[in-house]
Amino acid sequence: MSQYLLSTYFVEGAVEGTPSTPEEMQTFMGRVIALEAEMDESDAFVFGGALHGPDAATVVSSNDGDPVMTDGPFVESKEHIGGFYIINADDLDAALAWARKTAEATNHPIEVRPFRATGRVEDWHGEA
Amino acid sequence: MTRTVAAHQAATDVERVFREVYGQAVATLVRVFGDITLAEDAVQDAFVVASDRWRSDGIPPNPAGWIITTARNRAIDDLRRSARGRELHELLGAEASTLRNPGDHDWGEDGPVSDDQLRLIFTCCHPALRTEHQVALTLRLLGGLSVDEVARSFLVSESAMAKRLVRAKYKIRAANIPYRVPADADLPDRLRSVLSVVYLIYNTGADDPERASLRSEAIRLGRALVELMPDEPEAAGLLALMVLSESRVPARTAEGTLVLLGDQDRAQWDRTMIDEGHAIVRACLRRDRPGPFQLQAAIQAVHCNADSFEATDWPQIVALYDHLFSVMPTPVVALNRAIAIGEIEGPGAALTALDAIGPDLDDYHLMHAARGATLRRLGQRDTAKAAYERAAHLAATEADRRFLAVQIEELAEEEAFFRHR
Repeated sequence: MSQYLLSTYFVEGAVEGTPSTPEEMQTFMGRVIALEAEMDESDAFVFGGALHGPDAATVVSSNDGDPVMTDGPFVESKEHIGGFYIINADDLDAALAWARKTAEATNHPIEVRPFRATGRVEDWHGEA
Repeated sequence: MTRTVAAHQAATDVERVFREVYGQAVATLVRVFGDITLAEDAVQDAFVVASDRWRSDGIPPNPAGWIITTARNRAIDDLRRSARGRELHELLGAEASTLRNPGDHDWGEDGPVSDDQLRLIFTCCHPALRTEHQVALTLRLLGGLSVDEVARSFLVSESAMAKRLVRAKYKIRAANIPYRVPADADLPDRLRSVLSVVYLIYNTGADDPERASLRSEAIRLGRALVELMPDEPEAAGLLALMVLSESRVPARTAEGTLVLLGDQDRAQWDRTMIDEGHAIVRACLRRDRPGPFQLQAAIQAVHCNADSFEATDWPQIVALYDHLFSVMPTPVVALNRAIAIGEIEGPGAALTALDAIGPDLDDYHLMHAARGATLRRLGQRDTAKAAYERAAHLAATEADRRFLAVQIEELAEEEAFFRHR
């Protein structure tokens, strides 16, 4: 069993294809709720969520014990992660099938990335 | 002297056998150990052992089985010595503990070995890998080409190709790309991806004497796919398409210059290949599940059936292109259809059809070559010359450029002739 990050991106503060009217929003939410229920039934859902925009981000650097905080995201870019799921899947084909369903439900491209390791470091650092 | 010749022959035989069994051996080792790099290393080690022994003792009756068993034993020995290996070795458990001597295991041609090759080609051509990585992996792992040979086929440096292969294998391992034949629901899409990789390999070797071995490798892979998936008509269609194209290779160039279909010496076409291609196309027609490769093969079959260019059944060709365009609406299909229409309705109709698709194919040399030929037939020498010049500028092979240079020269001569008359 592997775990994968399925993520979607904000482009310049907006997620393309996001519903604009209340009716569209309702069908959109319906699709996403149904998707998450399906992920739950298959024991695929681990965690997920939608993020606030990059304007709400803060970067903290340790700077040799003298921490520095910077307002804004780490990467200066037009694109930032807007939301994600972490899923369990047997292999890439299974993860890609969930990504396809997520792309259909959210009407937005989904990036699939395998985890190299998950959970607490003490549980896996011996394997690497 | 005789000894030298015999030794050379033995070396050549061993090389040939290596090429033939490489893909089978790697595919089986990947199944057993679940790791492509480990499988490749083990098979290469086994080839080193075989290379010495076979030259003195002769090639064993089942060379694939010999290589697989030797490679497996080597891999297990290596694994026992490494920490990671001890875990893997425990995982393999009973399988690894029942070692056998080389050659005494029954790895039949159509047993588990073929299934392994099918799994491996679907892994290599997985749509999550970019096309150039799919092609490189397929040639390296299933074709048994060396990294340098693959690099030369795609005109990149050996180190660039090595990096490409490392990156592709990294993704297979990291993302856990499965090693299996896809489920029925996904098979049509996934098979399309495999077939296009094989056809891309064939076309990369087309009309370039330096890379002719890619064509035979593609045909070999195509044959293997038909054997492994006898119920897939598109696999058969691809094989027929490649065999029929290959049958005309001897006539397609003369002294390094491209010869157009209409000017080819049809006596030079390879009858054995044409017969094979025709038989496959007929079987596809009986099956009646047409697809893009079968339709392209059928078009080639009609060309090969004609005793002369004039005797070609053009209405049949146009009908097949119409059908092909309905399932594969690409500008290149439209271009070929336009050329076929010119043979029935004349150059005026062809030019209208070509102009309609021109903007989509402005960077494609055959578009401009076709316009050049059509404009020339219409007597528009200046525009024809400009079209040929643009085609020559875009052409990829030396044979094409030479052909186009001849056309441009002839047009200039015609122009001078008419001017001085």
